[in-house]
Amino acid sequence: MTDAVDLRGVVKRYGTVTALHGVTLSIADNEFFTLLGPSGCGKTTLLRLIAGFEDISEGEIRLFGHDIARLEPNQRPVNTVFQNYALFPHMSVLDNVAFGLKMKGVDPAARRARAGRMLEMVHLSAFAERLPAQLSGGQQQRVALARALAPEPKVLLLDEPLSALDLKLRQAMRVELKQLQEETGITFIFVTHDQEEALTMSDRIAVMSAGRVQQIGTAREIYEAPVNRFVADFIGETNLLEVEVASVSDGRATVILPGGARITCPSSSMTGGRHHLSIRPERLTISDRAELMANVERVVYLGTDLQVIAHLDGGQPITLRLQNAARTSLPEPGQRIGLHLEEGGARLLAD
Amino acid sequence: MAGPGRTTPAGDATYRELVRPLLLPSWLVIGILMVLPVALMAVYSFLTREFRGGVIWEFTLAAYDQFFFDRGLFGDEPPRIEWTYITIFWRSIWQAGLATLMCLVIGFPTAWFIATRPARTRGIWLFLITIPYWVNLLIRTVSLRFLLRDTGPMNGALQSLGLIDAPLPIINTNLAVQIGLFYSYLPFMVLPIYAAVERYNFALSEAAADLYASRWATLREIVLPVVKPGIVAGCILVFIPSLGAFLAPDLLGGAKTFMIGSLIDEQFRGSQGNWPFGAAAAMILMTLVLFVLLIYARAQGRAPR
Amino acid sequence: MKGVRHYPGFLALTILCLAVLYAPLIVVAIYSFNASTSITSWGGFSLRWYGEVFTGREAARFGQAAWNSITIALIASTVATVIATAAALAMVRGGAFRGRQASFALINLPLMVPEIVIAVATLIFFSAIGLTMGYLTILLAHITFCIPFAYLPIAARLEGIEATYEQAARDLYATRAQAFRLILLPLMMPGIVSGWLLAFIISLDDFIITNFVKGAGMETLPTAIFGSVKQGIKPNIMALSTLMLLVSVLFVTAAYLINRKGRQTP
Repeated sequence: MTDAVDLRGVVKRYGTVTALHGVTLSIADNEFFTLLGPSGCGKTTLLRLIAGFEDISEGEIRLFGHDIARLEPNQRPVNTVFQNYALFPHMSVLDNVAFGLKMKGVDPAARRARAGRMLEMVHLSAFAERLPAQLSGGQQQRVALARALAPEPKVLLLDEPLSALDLKLRQAMRVELKQLQEETGITFIFVTHDQEEALTMSDRIAVMSAGRVQQIGTAREIYEAPVNRFVADFIGETNLLEVEVASVSDGRATVILPGGARITCPSSSMTGGRHHLSIRPERLTISDRAELMANVERVVYLGTDLQVIAHLDGGQPITLRLQNAARTSLPEPGQRIGLHLEEGGARLLAD
Repeated sequence: MAGPGRTTPAGDATYRELVRPLLLPSWLVIGILMVLPVALMAVYSFLTREFRGGVIWEFTLAAYDQFFFDRGLFGDEPPRIEWTYITIFWRSIWQAGLATLMCLVIGFPTAWFIATRPARTRGIWLFLITIPYWVNLLIRTVSLRFLLRDTGPMNGALQSLGLIDAPLPIINTNLAVQIGLFYSYLPFMVLPIYAAVERYNFALSEAAADLYASRWATLREIVLPVVKPGIVAGCILVFIPSLGAFLAPDLLGGAKTFMIGSLIDEQFRGSQGNWPFGAAAAMILMTLVLFVLLIYARAQGRAPR
Repeated sequence: MKGVRHYPGFLALTILCLAVLYAPLIVVAIYSFNASTSITSWGGFSLRWYGEVFTGREAARFGQAAWNSITIALIASTVATVIATAAALAMVRGGAFRGRQASFALINLPLMVPEIVIAVATLIFFSAIGLTMGYLTILLAHITFCIPFAYLPIAARLEGIEATYEQAARDLYATRAQAFRLILLPLMMPGIVSGWLLAFIISLDDFIITNFVKGAGMETLPTAIFGSVKQGIKPNIMALSTLMLLVSVLFVTAAYLINRKGRQTP
C-alpha cells in the first residue's frame, strides 16, 4: 500500500540558514504521526512544507504517491489546524466550517449540511451562528478542527493545536483528538514540543532536533530504546553518565563508571571508548542487591512520586524516582544507599 | 490615534483632579474660535444679504430658497427646482467619490505591499509615501498643473516618444480635478490601510489557502473584510477633504468643473459676494460631511471586536 | 508559490503610486534650474531663478510673505503645542470624568469640519466682532486648527508612558511639580517635538483659511504664490517652490529621526 505521506531528502534553506537537512520519512495511511522536538528544531517548518506555505529547497513530498511539492496550498488535499486557530473573525462559526467547501465549489445547501454535521461532531451545534470571538479557547479549538476536517482532507496537519489551552482542557482534548482520528480514519500529522502529548496520542513519533530527524518509532521504542543522547535526554527524565566501554560481546557491553563500578547493558554495535550511559530514574531501586553505591543528598516530595537526589561514589549526581507507597523506610539526607538497576534500565548511547 | 476610550489611571485621585482643568485652554480656544464661529455662520445663513458683502440683521430663508428654488428673474414666478447649485454639489460628490476610488485602487496595493516588507525596509517605504504629504499642498497642485499642461513636460515627453500626435487635453477637465484630488489625498488612503494590514494576522490567509481559496479569493473573502475598518477610514479621510477642496478644482479645473469649495469662496469675494448664501452653502456642505461621519461612526459601533 | 503576502502587480502599483506622488515635484525641481525664460523649453542649467527669488522684482513681496508665514507658524505652533500638551495631560492622566468624550470630539473638531467651512465661519466671526483682518486674525485662526495636529502625537506618546514613572518619582520624595518637570516632561519630549513640527508645517501649509481671513495687503507665502500663479506659472515660482519643498523635506526628516530616537527610550 502507498504511504499517505512520503518525504524524500527534504531540504529547506532560508538564505544561508538551513532549517531542514534532508528529512526522509514515510507516514502510513490512518496513522497518528507526531513530529516532536524543541522549538527551532524544524518540525513546524516541515509541517508548513507539507501544507505548501513554504517552498521546498530540495527533495520530494509525495502524497499517496503524487508529488505535491510544487503545488499551491489550495491545490493540496491536506488541511491544517493552526496553532492559534486562525479562525476568520468576520465569519460565523458555521461559515468558517463551510469555507473550504465553498472554495471547492460545493453548493450552499450541501455545504451547510456538511458543516452542520461537523459542528455536531465537535459538540458545537448550538454555537453555529456565533462569531469566533464569542467562543472560549477550547470551543475555538474545536471549530478549527471541524473547519479543517470538513473538506475531508487526505491528511490533517495539526500545528501545536493544544498549546493555547489550559492543562485540564489540554488533557481532555488529547483523548478527543485520538478518538476523532480513529473515527475518521484520516492520517494526522501532529506537531508538538510536549513529549507527554506525543507519547499519549501517537502511533509513531519522529523526534527532531537541529533540522534533522533523530529517531522514528513508537512511543515505547523512543522511550525505552533511544538511539542517541539527544533523544534520551529530550524524552522523559534521564541520568546521563559518562562511561568507559570495557568489552562488547553478544550485543551486551560491560561499562566502567568513573567510580569504578561495572555494569552490563544492551548495546548495538559499539566498540570501546568513552560513551554516555542513560539510566531512567524509575528503573533504579534502593536495594541490598546493589550494583551502585550512592550518598543521598535530598529527597523531594512530588505527590505520586518521591525524587531522591544522590551522588554516586565517582561524584556524579544521580536521580531516582520511587513510587510514593506506604513504605517503611525513606532515605535520609546523608544516608549511604545501594542502588539496584532493573534489567534493561540502562542503555549505552551513540552521541 | 489617541482614542477617547483609553485611560491610564496615574496615581491618586488628587492627581487626576489636578490635571483635569488643563483642558480649559483648549476648550476656550476651540470653543470661541471654532464652535462659536460655526454657530454664528448658521445664524448668518438666515440673514439678509448686504450687497457690498456682509449682512443685514433681518431673518429670512432667502439663502436656502435661492439654493434650491428658481423663482424667475424678479422672484415672482412659481418656484421651480433650481438645478445650478444642486448640480455643483452633486458634481463635487461625484468627483470626490471618483478620487476616493482612484486612491483606493492604487492605495490598497501600495499599503499592502509596504506592510508586507521586512521591518527593516518598511519604515523607508512609509517615509517615501508620507514626504509628499508634508510638501505644501498649493505647491503640489501648482506642480501638477505645470506637469499636465498642454505644452507641459508630460505631453512633451509623450509627443517626442511618438505615442501621441497632439497634446492630451487633460488640464481644465474633470479628469484633471480627479487627478489633483487623488494626488492631494493619496497618503490619507495609504496610511490607515497600512496600519490595518500591519495588524492583519497572515495566518488567516494561510488558513484560507489551506482551505482551497485561490490568492484572489483569499483577498476577496478574507483580507478585504478583515481590514475593512482601515479601508473605510481611508475612504473617509480622502472623501471629506476632497468634497470641500478648493485648490485642485480652482487650479486644475475650468468653468465646467466648478465645485462646492469654489462656489463658497466666490460668495465672499468683493461686491459680487453673498454672505448668507455662502454661509448656507457651507452649512449644507457641513451637514453632508457630518452625515457621512455619522454613518461611519454607526458602522464602527456595530463592527465586531 | 510565493507565500500569502505576495500579490502579483502590487509592486508595480506601489511604484506607480510613488511615481505619481513624486513626478510633479521632480519636474518642477528640474525646471527651476532652467536657464530659459520660457517655461516650455529647456535652455540649459542655471541658478538665475533662485537669484530672482531673492533679488528679483517680486523679491520684496515674497520676502515679506515668507517673514509673515514663518513668524505666524512659529507663534501658532508654539501656542498650539502648549495648549495641546495641557489637554493631553488632562485627557490621558485625568482618569474617567464627565465630558471626556466631548472634550476629545472638541479637540478634534478642526480635523472633522471641512477647511472651507472653518474659513467661512472664522471670517464671519472676526467681521462680526469687528476685528480688522490681518496678521492677528491669521494667527488666531492658525492656533485653533493647529491644536489637534499637535495633540495627536503628544497624547499618543503620553499614553505609552506608564504612570509608574511618576509614582516612583513621588515615592522618592519628588513633589508633583518636580515629578512632572524632571520625569514626565523629558519622557514626553519626543511627542511634544513631533507635535510642534507637525503644527508648524500645517500652519506653513495653510492656504484656504488664511486666504479668507488675511485681509487686503496681507500675504503669507501660499497666498502670495497663489496670487502670482493666477497669472501663470513663472520660473521664479518654481525656484521658490523647490526651496519650500526642501524645507518641508528637512522638517519631516527631522521629525522622523526624532521620533525613531524617541522610540528607543521607553
